[in-house]
Amino acid sequence: MSGARSRGLSPQWRHPLVWLALAALLSQSLALSLGSVSIGPGELVQVLAGGGEALHRTLVLELRLPRALAAFGTGALLAMAGALMQILLRNPLADPYVLGLSGGASVAALLAMLAGLGATLVGGAAFAGALASTLIVFGLAHGGGSWTPTRLLLTGVVMASGWGAVITFLLAISPVERLPGMLYWLMGDLAYAASPWPVLVMTMVALVVVLPLGRTLNVLARGGQQAAALGVAVRPLEWTLYLLASLVTAVAVTTAGSVGFVGLMVPHMLRLRLGNDQRRILPASLLAGGTLLTLADTLARTLIAPQQLPVGVITALIGVPTFLFLLQRSRR
Amino acid sequence: MTDLATKGWKAKGLEARGLVIDVPGRPDGRALDLAIEPGQRWGVLGPNGAGKTTLLHTLAGLRPPRAGEVCLDGRPLPRWRRRALARRLGVVFQERHDDFPATVRETALIGRHPFLSPWRQERPADHALAAAALERLELSHLAERELATLSGGERQRVSLATVLTQAPDVWLADEPTNHLDLHHQVAAMALLAEQADRGHGVMMCLHDLNLAARWCSHLLLLYPDGEACWGEAQAMLTVETLESLYNQQLMCVEADGAPVFVPIR
Repeated sequence: MSGARSRGLSPQWRHPLVWLALAALLSQSLALSLGSVSIGPGELVQVLAGGGEALHRTLVLELRLPRALAAFGTGALLAMAGALMQILLRNPLADPYVLGLSGGASVAALLAMLAGLGATLVGGAAFAGALASTLIVFGLAHGGGSWTPTRLLLTGVVMASGWGAVITFLLAISPVERLPGMLYWLMGDLAYAASPWPVLVMTMVALVVVLPLGRTLNVLARGGQQAAALGVAVRPLEWTLYLLASLVTAVAVTTAGSVGFVGLMVPHMLRLRLGNDQRRILPASLLAGGTLLTLADTLARTLIAPQQLPVGVITALIGVPTFLFLLQRSRR
Repeated sequence: MTDLATKGWKAKGLEARGLVIDVPGRPDGRALDLAIEPGQRWGVLGPNGAGKTTLLHTLAGLRPPRAGEVCLDGRPLPRWRRRALARRLGVVFQERHDDFPATVRETALIGRHPFLSPWRQERPADHALAAAALERLELSHLAERELATLSGGERQRVSLATVLTQAPDVWLADEPTNHLDLHHQVAAMALLAEQADRGHGVMMCLHDLNLAARWCSHLLLLYPDGEACWGEAQAMLTVETLESLYNQQLMCVEADGAPVFVPIR
């Protein structure tokens, strides 16, 4: 039984995941080492083992580790949500925000900031806004009785542009001193991340739900009717995907604002290299998305230290050239 | 093994009972009462928009009928679990959605989906079935190619290979010879005939009267207004019937022991 299963795991199945896991570990150690005080690899191991200088212990364990883990979890969630949305909408251009979820979260978060609430309440408001937006799109797309991925996509895109207008309006009427915080939040900023636990727990939950669905998602990617003809209960699966991707994105946005690029590009980059088997793409997205955001956040807080950049800027600055490079190479 | 055992004493094939397909804005027309029994090769003929694809999807349980029901082994389709149904009934679609990259081999292999539990990887036996199906459709040399790089006819053969890998008891094929060159048209029909000879039921929508005349044992003629008639192929293949079906003048000659219909101006 287990023999048959491990035979199914061919070498090309295992390799990319091993490499991506190593990259993830490397990005975590970089994030823990770099900052106002640099900590060498030897000392880092000591600190993680419970030794080292007290200052370093505080720096690593209380400041850098939670933030590095939050960055990893957020990136992992966004990349997985992007991969799921692309399958749900049968559209490789979909990202976690395409159905207006980040718009709803942003409007609620900006309102909370305008009211002068603290980081936790801003996060709570973002979560509520994301879920409210999800339910509105859910209701509208469902309202007509039957829906197609196209109908869901249209509803979501229209909602997103509606939220966009409200965001611009809120920025226009906000007092000047609140604007930098708001803009950082809109571009994605991990300085708000209070605790890494929500994203890490959500990552595990999402992985457990999604991994057994891998082959079914491969079939769904061939279209709803083809999937139904091959025994997939399409409608329940689509609602599961929609709700899961929304919940995952809501948790990510709550933690770090609307970080762009990761959800769209990470699954794409991986597809260029690994094909489109979801059993490979989903865990690979988790690792690659987490790694990308960890690196981006490390750069965001060290590049022009002590000032911090919004992490969304860095994800795009690293991601765009990497993506274009991979795209060029894949066109041999 | 248990599959074979149940087939032996219960095989009744796919049945339409008082079936009216749901074509929006069309009167009910004539309800269909017919059975695709094991070994039969049904052809569905009709002009564009007569509801051939809708009928095939309704028979596959992919869309609800307006009236009546479809039964497999005497049990209505809604009472089948989707996965159990997919082990018995395969559909060759006319439309395909290749939005995401996939190879020919991967595409044939999805035919095994209904047979595998969620955690299971494809077993060597599944890979062997897919490889045999690709071989049968002369696609082995394209196995690692991306779908996007195939010609229309090659893509059509991949669709047939997927259903052959699925190995269902009932084949519902929507224009299985679409995009195929003459040799592969004949090869596709021979494949479907071979499936029927093995005791499977086959129904296919066709536009080519001569392929239908040559390869089908039974015919169902669908008219745009919902009227229909069906029966053994020989009885249906008369010039008058087909002329009224297509609203096109025809002449019939005989070649190689089968009638050949030629449109005349």
